[in-house]
Amino acid sequence: MSELTTIVENTLETRFPEVVVRDERKGYEGFIIQAEKLVEVVTKLRDDFGYDYLSSVTGVDYLPEGKMEVVYHLYKSTGGSALVLKAQTPREVASVPSLVPVYPGAELQEREAWDLYGIHFEGHPDLRRILMWEGFHGHPMRKDWQEAYYEEDSKPYKSRWPDGEVWRSEDKNTFHKNVDYPAGFDPETWVPDGDASLYAGLGRVVKPGNGGGLGTEQVVVNMGPQHPSTHGVFRMVVTLDGETITALKPVMGYLHRNHEKIGERNTFLQNMPFTDRLDYLSSMSNNFGYALAVEKLMGVKPPERAEYLRVIMAEFTRISNHIWAIGFLLNDLGAYFTPMLYAVEERELILDIFEAVSGSRMMCNYFRFGGVARDLPEGVYEKIRKLVYDRLPRKIDELDLYLTNNEILRSRGEGVGILTPDQAIAYSASGPLLRASGVPYDIRRADPYSIYERFDFDVAVRYHGDIYDRYMIRLDEVRQSLRILQQAVRDMPEGPIQEGKPQYQVRVPPGEAYGRVEGPKGELGYYVISNGKPNPWRYHVRAPSFVNLTPLEIMCVGNKVADSVAILGSIDIVLGETDR
Amino acid sequence: MSEELNTPGYEIPPEMQGQVAITTLDKIYNWGRRSSLWPLMFGLACCGIEMICTAASRFDFARFGMEVMRPSPRQSDVMIVSGTVTKKMIPQIVRLYNQMPEPKYVVAMGACASGGGPFKEGYNVVSGVDKYIPVDVYIPGCPPTPQALLNGLIALQKKIDKQSIKEVRWYQKEPIEAIPIPVLGPDIMDPREYASIREYAQGKLESESSSAAVPAEEAA
Repeated sequence: MSELTTIVENTLETRFPEVVVRDERKGYEGFIIQAEKLVEVVTKLRDDFGYDYLSSVTGVDYLPEGKMEVVYHLYKSTGGSALVLKAQTPREVASVPSLVPVYPGAELQEREAWDLYGIHFEGHPDLRRILMWEGFHGHPMRKDWQEAYYEEDSKPYKSRWPDGEVWRSEDKNTFHKNVDYPAGFDPETWVPDGDASLYAGLGRVVKPGNGGGLGTEQVVVNMGPQHPSTHGVFRMVVTLDGETITALKPVMGYLHRNHEKIGERNTFLQNMPFTDRLDYLSSMSNNFGYALAVEKLMGVKPPERAEYLRVIMAEFTRISNHIWAIGFLLNDLGAYFTPMLYAVEERELILDIFEAVSGSRMMCNYFRFGGVARDLPEGVYEKIRKLVYDRLPRKIDELDLYLTNNEILRSRGEGVGILTPDQAIAYSASGPLLRASGVPYDIRRADPYSIYERFDFDVAVRYHGDIYDRYMIRLDEVRQSLRILQQAVRDMPEGPIQEGKPQYQVRVPPGEAYGRVEGPKGELGYYVISNGKPNPWRYHVRAPSFVNLTPLEIMCVGNKVADSVAILGSIDIVLGETDR
Repeated sequence: MSEELNTPGYEIPPEMQGQVAITTLDKIYNWGRRSSLWPLMFGLACCGIEMICTAASRFDFARFGMEVMRPSPRQSDVMIVSGTVTKKMIPQIVRLYNQMPEPKYVVAMGACASGGGPFKEGYNVVSGVDKYIPVDVYIPGCPPTPQALLNGLIALQKKIDKQSIKEVRWYQKEPIEAIPIPVLGPDIMDPREYASIREYAQGKLESESSSAAVPAEEAA
């Protein structure tokens, strides 16, 4: 922990006596704040101490103690480690004040905590369910809420091991499906919500004609969830005045596959392959964040060679993700499939390397706590060398040459979808989205992890905050990644790849940890709480694709509806991570 | 295919050989359909990425006549369900399926679409798209490699080859009923199951009240 953070922490308690108390539980960090005074304290923290970036908001259900906790991770946009704040509230009437007035970036995350935990955020402007639909029974992440296929609280289930008896969950359910209904429910009298509350929040206005001009009426247009431009099953509801967007609401959850609930039933290691499926374009990077979080709890460090392998794989992931994002952005702008074909060609070469080391093209499951799963097979090192020294630099220049001065890209990208630096920080944007707005914040430099301090690279930054800069910054970052890769390939030592013996069941001491990495899409954080059992008590993913959607509306309002497609493409979301 | 067309098992006069092809109606009809299967452009999750890869540079399923991905269900022949089907998404999928004109096929790509996959136990996950719409080909894998997807699509072509105009459902007299669209209630509800849902919920209520009553009696 840096000196500066310590100073803040010491003054916090004296400035707010009795309101702020240090979290003394074993393995925990940060402060517990009286819920009523929360807004006052964080406003001070933001204005006087410079904690202007709210990274993560999440709920935790402490069922045995009968209380809920909301955990906030605050950062300074100039760098440094986290300040962890917690607000506690009774489980039955869980309610804390909303932080949206202080940090607008909390909006979607608080809605998620409401949806999954039933924590009411007082003063939230639009507190609706976000991942499930309105009307769903219960708040599913609560520890006492059981899904239809519930077997036991934690894996390995007795039915599978050691007894090894296999049966299908369908056979035990009344409907032979993954469904359950509350007692006394009558489907005939059920009135589905039908998005009424969603449309109510959009505020349609009818403008009467003023004699000369025509009277106009605003139109609500639904884009998605099945729409070729939404990169998966994302849905945007836009209100249009003519062709101009006046309001926009993101609707998600169409790929909500209960990553966190399943994650809390799994053992620690069983979660590793599930992290692959978060941002399925960059599985290695997802592994990285989770491994870091659990290693923090366990207090292990991987050996040198494993660190280099990790960095190499993570940077390869960044390259493959960015060229894919560029290809799809051009696709959204009407270049159709052509740039994509060039991008996929290079991505396939990177996937070949992933397949060689891990056995799978996309779902690598390569990282282990304290190391990696396998060393490089024969001949792969040479392949990597050729890629990073020769082929990729050439091909990136080629992409640059073909695309950067393209008339369509420039005229549709420049000055469209602007996000100012202040907005970007306030709305908790991260990754390329934040850096394209002129904030040079890269976790690899701001709060270094693994061995990134050793490498010589620049934090890419662009200053216009428009679509074009978000395109440019991806090219810049690919070039920086290549620099890191070249150094890592050059310096990689021989040696072991795993600290200690590889284990299926790891012993994780009680406590909490937040591991975050600069993923290709932004800050990917894992908040893990262990209570000493083989399964995590709380497992939360702070997904960049999800949080980066918070500023979507302010970027889109005032632009044409066709631009919203390009703006969404320039954020570069992946639905597996948005919905989890 | 052209060789088969020229050797139909009938005598062709020598002056017409190579100019006339004799075949059955089924064969030529199926040949036309199987060689231009247009998928619905519709990626759900991770498998969607592999589907794009299958369409792109290295694997290129245009070689099999499938390159025209249609974003509109009205113009597509095959729905590749590529990824985890969630309860929130299933009404839309059923609606898209209903909107596709016959003949239509469904390929369940990957473990999730086939049976729930690694996310099966999740509260928002449908354990297999075949719980709601009929599936023609299942492709295992998580995600299936592009080769596996190609293999699945070739399996679908083989299935089409075996169909006969006389028997296919879309030339029968009876109209084909649309599948009722599931409703988002407290949990996902199939309109065909309303009666049994009410019965189940009522039974649950009774068992709850009786189990609540027992300790009260004991106390008394």
